[in-house]
Amino acid sequence: MKAFLILEDGTVFEGTSIGSSREVISEIVFNTSMTGYLEVLTDPSYAGQAVVMTYPLIGNYGVTPDMESQKPWPDGYIVRELSRMPSNFRCKGSIQDFLVKYDIPGIAGIDTRALTKILREKGTMNGMITANENFSLEEILPKLKEYTTGNVVDKVTIGKSYQLRGKGKRVALMDFGAKKNIAESLNSRGCQVTVYPAHTKAEEILQDKPDGIMLSNGPGDPKDCGDIIGEIKKLYESDIPIFAICLGHQLMALANGADSYKMKYGHRGGNHPVKDLETGRVYISSQNHGYVVDTGHLDPEVAVPAFINVNDGTNEGLKYTGKNIFTVQFHPEACPGPQDSGYLFDRFINMMGGNQ
Amino acid sequence: MPKNPEIKKVLVIGSGPIVIGQAAEFDYAGTQACRSLKEEGVEVVLVNSNPATIMTDKEIADEVYIEPLTAKVLEQIILKERPDSVLPTLGGQAGLNLGMELAESGFLKKHNVKLIGTTAETIFKAEDRQAFKDTMEKIGEPCAPSLVVRNVRDGIAFTNTIGYPVVLRPAFTLGGSGGGIARNETELVDILSNGLRLSRVGEVLVERCIAGWKEIEYEVMRDAAGNCITVCNMENIDPVGVHTGDSVVVAPSQTLGDKEYQMLRTSALNIISELNITGGCNVQYALHPESFEYCVIEVNPRVSRSSALASKATGYPIAKVAAKIALGYTLDEIKNAITGKTYASFEPMLDYCVVKIPRLPFDKFITAKRSLTTQMKATGEVMSICTNFEGALMKAVRSLEQHVDSMRSYDFTALSPKELRKKLEKVDDRRIWVIAEALRKGISYEEIHEITMIDQWFIDKIAILVEMEKRLETEDLTVELLKEAKRIEFPDHVIAQLTGKTETEIRTLRYENGITAAFKMVDTCAAEFAAETPYYYSCFGSENEAVKTEGKKKVLVLGSGPIRIGQGIEFDYCSVHCTWAFAREGYETIIVNNNPETVSTDFDIADKLYFEPLTPEDVESIVRLEQPDGAVVQFGGQTAIKLTESLMKMGVPILGTKAEDVDAAEDRELFDKILEQTKIPRAAGGTVFTAEEAKEVANRLGYPVLVRPSYVLGGQGMQIAYSDQEMEEFMEIINRIAQDHPILVDKYLQGKEIEVDAVCDGADILIPGIMEHIERTGVHSGDSISVYPAPTISQKVKEKIVEYTRRLARALHVVGLINIQFIAMDDDVYVIEVNPRSSRTVPYISKVTGIPIVDLATRVIIGNTIKDMGYPTGLAPEAEYVAVKMPVFSFEKLRGAEISLGPEMKSTGECLGIGRSFDEALYKAFLGAGVQLPKYKQMIMTVKDADKPEAVEVARRFEALGYKIYATRSTAKYLEARGIKARRINKISQESPNVMDLILGHKIDLVIDTPTQGRDKNRDGFLIRRNAIETGVYCITAMDTANALAESLEHAGEDGKLNLIDIARVKNI
Repeated sequence: MKAFLILEDGTVFEGTSIGSSREVISEIVFNTSMTGYLEVLTDPSYAGQAVVMTYPLIGNYGVTPDMESQKPWPDGYIVRELSRMPSNFRCKGSIQDFLVKYDIPGIAGIDTRALTKILREKGTMNGMITANENFSLEEILPKLKEYTTGNVVDKVTIGKSYQLRGKGKRVALMDFGAKKNIAESLNSRGCQVTVYPAHTKAEEILQDKPDGIMLSNGPGDPKDCGDIIGEIKKLYESDIPIFAICLGHQLMALANGADSYKMKYGHRGGNHPVKDLETGRVYISSQNHGYVVDTGHLDPEVAVPAFINVNDGTNEGLKYTGKNIFTVQFHPEACPGPQDSGYLFDRFINMMGGNQ
Repeated sequence: MPKNPEIKKVLVIGSGPIVIGQAAEFDYAGTQACRSLKEEGVEVVLVNSNPATIMTDKEIADEVYIEPLTAKVLEQIILKERPDSVLPTLGGQAGLNLGMELAESGFLKKHNVKLIGTTAETIFKAEDRQAFKDTMEKIGEPCAPSLVVRNVRDGIAFTNTIGYPVVLRPAFTLGGSGGGIARNETELVDILSNGLRLSRVGEVLVERCIAGWKEIEYEVMRDAAGNCITVCNMENIDPVGVHTGDSVVVAPSQTLGDKEYQMLRTSALNIISELNITGGCNVQYALHPESFEYCVIEVNPRVSRSSALASKATGYPIAKVAAKIALGYTLDEIKNAITGKTYASFEPMLDYCVVKIPRLPFDKFITAKRSLTTQMKATGEVMSICTNFEGALMKAVRSLEQHVDSMRSYDFTALSPKELRKKLEKVDDRRIWVIAEALRKGISYEEIHEITMIDQWFIDKIAILVEMEKRLETEDLTVELLKEAKRIEFPDHVIAQLTGKTETEIRTLRYENGITAAFKMVDTCAAEFAAETPYYYSCFGSENEAVKTEGKKKVLVLGSGPIRIGQGIEFDYCSVHCTWAFAREGYETIIVNNNPETVSTDFDIADKLYFEPLTPEDVESIVRLEQPDGAVVQFGGQTAIKLTESLMKMGVPILGTKAEDVDAAEDRELFDKILEQTKIPRAAGGTVFTAEEAKEVANRLGYPVLVRPSYVLGGQGMQIAYSDQEMEEFMEIINRIAQDHPILVDKYLQGKEIEVDAVCDGADILIPGIMEHIERTGVHSGDSISVYPAPTISQKVKEKIVEYTRRLARALHVVGLINIQFIAMDDDVYVIEVNPRSSRTVPYISKVTGIPIVDLATRVIIGNTIKDMGYPTGLAPEAEYVAVKMPVFSFEKLRGAEISLGPEMKSTGECLGIGRSFDEALYKAFLGAGVQLPKYKQMIMTVKDADKPEAVEVARRFEALGYKIYATRSTAKYLEARGIKARRINKISQESPNVMDLILGHKIDLVIDTPTQGRDKNRDGFLIRRNAIETGVYCITAMDTANALAESLEHAGEDGKLNLIDIARVKNI
């Protein structure tokens, strides 16, 4: 079946329908990872967005247990070619069937490089995937312009708290759409991890007397999370060590007077170099963010940049002055992507006093 | 960290002659690195014995020594030039070994010279088998259970504990030379004893066999601050068991999930950190196909063939970055030259798929075993880029220039499913085609996988190609079907064959429906950033990104494709210099080539690079877009010449010598007319198509005769026939491939062979020098020892040669280069063949005379005259020194290959000896080729009857040098009768101890065996020669070569006291 991808600027790509054939409007973003399409699909940070994979051959090893949450989150999936024959010893089915099962529409057979160049030049924009050949641009374009991702954190956070048992330090993980491997990275290092829904009050977390607090990644514009920012400010004022990733990092910054803005087309992939300003070392990181912290008006008494992006100089991490708090924009939990910055979990555990 | 200010002058070690396992990739890496060093203001001293390289140009390095690569010579260069540092990581294993030797001996320390790019400790940890194993154990990286052994007994004992099969890997050898898989004790003894001898340190690793696991490679970079990145990973389609150089390789990996990918990536970074490598490094893994178990196979702490491939596949210039790291820079300080915006500290992301296929030499060595093992056999490789795997595979296949362009090109249709299953078990260069046929015959993916262990994902891709063949054969050719066939890169003429239409009809249908190739950029970042470097590949069904540039005059330079015997790195040298010359003249330059190992496919050589197959259809797509003002074909070897006619049909003017004149040189009748007009004699001959005709001509001329197909390079298929029976045999071999052109049969004249290259501007000629071959006619010019200036011919002969060259160049209206081979018999000169194009000897003669003939030829093509450019016409004055070009062979890598020299070329590379005298040059040339004699002063002679009189003199010379001579019965008898003390030994068929026992006793320096004619593999001579080669004994098959060696030994230069000649200081006229 034919399918079409219609962009806000009027560009139309014709391809083949994959997954569900329903129509969807979403924000179109591209990811440059060459492996890890399943981790991308199941990363809750993609809620409210349709993802273009720039690597042209997707689904080669099918669906494996490597899921970062219970289900796929993107509104739509855009690829050049979906493998008809997944092959891997852990393969339990094809991406096509996976998309159908979760009713996610997609399009294949389009020039994803041409699409990526449009997004690069004009910036992230909205688009529609439709199987309706008789679409009318006049009707569709205004709808595309209207679309906003809205408050997606509420959509992806867990319903109720749960725990991963461990003998080491006790970590409270605030789930704004957390990737599974954040909890697992701590748990595999011995920590006991209690995961809390995004709207849990600071008091409730503090009552549980965690040794450390972890703020997770998540989707959308950090400024849409006003209530949560208020709670995070309270956590900041406690003396408990805090480590934050991605959206968590942005929320902590907003709670402390920094600003954030939307990047032209964001960072999504597994090849972004980040520099640790303390050591001068560069690490290749996994990234997925459309917004970034503006450190321009940040009071150094409050926080100083700890990491920057080597390519474009944007902020990649903050160290909070006089506090046991550090936050990063990138993803030390990897999955997909390089595991180079996994040492940050050890740093966090050391801040809490270490797991024997 | 900024540049280390203490590094001001660096000695860069090249990799020496091209051999299997160490080829053009090191010229690419070395050239890129030297340019990168010079960019930083560092003075570069370059040493390499290989004159066909671009790195040995004076434009690339400040001081250039084309000298033998031995520690003694390097010490002498260091003492003369006083560099502060030595960079050994760009010259392959050869360079690394030398760097290590200099460091270990304490020489570098004594003279206060630093090793940069690596340390002796790093080399030791990575290269010494035991040290490597210990290091891996320390950081918890798994290796297959293994033991380093120094004798066969220990090898057997260890294998008995881990069980057969085992893999054997000798330490410090090239391309896995001497390695293999042993399935039983007999094989173990055989391979192990051979490997022990080939290893520089007499060590072989015996290891658990992990054949059938996935073979994965990572290219990693690290700087002195400890920052690490991976440039690329690659997956071998052929599982572990086939050397990665002989495997079909895809980049990035296709069947690994992120878990597997990151697991191995993290391991590679841990390894490079533990080894403390600063620069590039290659790590090879075996990954269990059904678990996360993996083993580190090996680590190469230097740039390599794989790093060249990774550079071309991603656009990330590994050698350039490695050179900057060696100077002290960190990755985040080095700009990404492709984007111009980002830095070297990132990881390239591909939005396409790359396939590499090795170019194997079995068309040259028809007796060699085609089977692929852990010992590399490929002489070169091709790479292709497409947005899908099937397309990349199809493009790579047709880039090979081995008469293959689809999954049907090797015909296995006659085989039954049972026979196919058997065939699948044999791993050879045609396995993909066997799989295709197996799929056609309905053998399941699972079964093919079980036999070959090739991942089913790849098998499915071959199946997609097979299905398309079927659809094209059976369905109506709709626009949709055609689009799909082009998407997976079916060439028009294959579609035409399958649909029963003509190629023109298919092309018309395509153009009418807008089905044309689009060009996409290789930008290192999957379009995330705007890139500046125009490096393109084609695909179908996509938007075109390449923009036709306007303004300057535009020239298309056609490259020479994969390195093969007969068409080597020399032609890349010519293509690159031609490109540079056009650029200097204000032209916009476009290179089309498909060889990832070469300098020409570096993204900053031409204004634009199209990494594409060199077929008419692929080139036409580029021509349609770029509309060049002209194309040059005379520098790209036979690959480019073959495209002449097609280019003319596309309306592209051929710059320089016209196509019809190229034809006139190749077409027997036209050429005979020219010889008649110009009154130049040649051996009598005729043209034939069939064996009957050939015998008729041969009998008319009288045997022996020379037989060869026209339009070939490197004397492919050329033979000397002594009888009707041999003629029949040779004609049958030649006609196995349908011949478009007649076969030539000439009277064989035995005289001195002379070769010239000349520039002609249509009126005047310039001959930089006359080269004389040591071996008489009958040995291919590429396999002969060649001497400049010609030492033994008379002034009269020289004058005739110059005059004939002038006449021929004029008669053929040559504008550009011409190469002519002559036979001199007394004062008579006959022409053998004329090639109105660049030749193998062009780089060599340019370097030793200081006359840049490619540059001059290019300027002549543009319209300059030789006089305008300030050069004299005719023969240039002779240089003050002698240069000897020595061929280098890779016979030890090719089991079963016939090594005896003949009219068909067999050498893979060459080295040069330059000296104040002929003897010194000859000594250096032998030394450069790795002939380091004497050792035991024992030799074996077995010569055919015709050579016996000459053998006496040769034997006398070696006897005088103190050699103990063994000879087979008739040779011994003949020598004894003439007063030479020859020890008689038994033939192979006779009882022990016989000649074979002697060779296997490892006490023999040299075998002189001149073969009786014919290709019979079972003759004693063949076995003696093969065994000599395989046990590392130097083997000579022509009396002239034997005399040259004697000459060289008689005047052996004293080590450390050789005259060093800096080529960069050679003054041209």
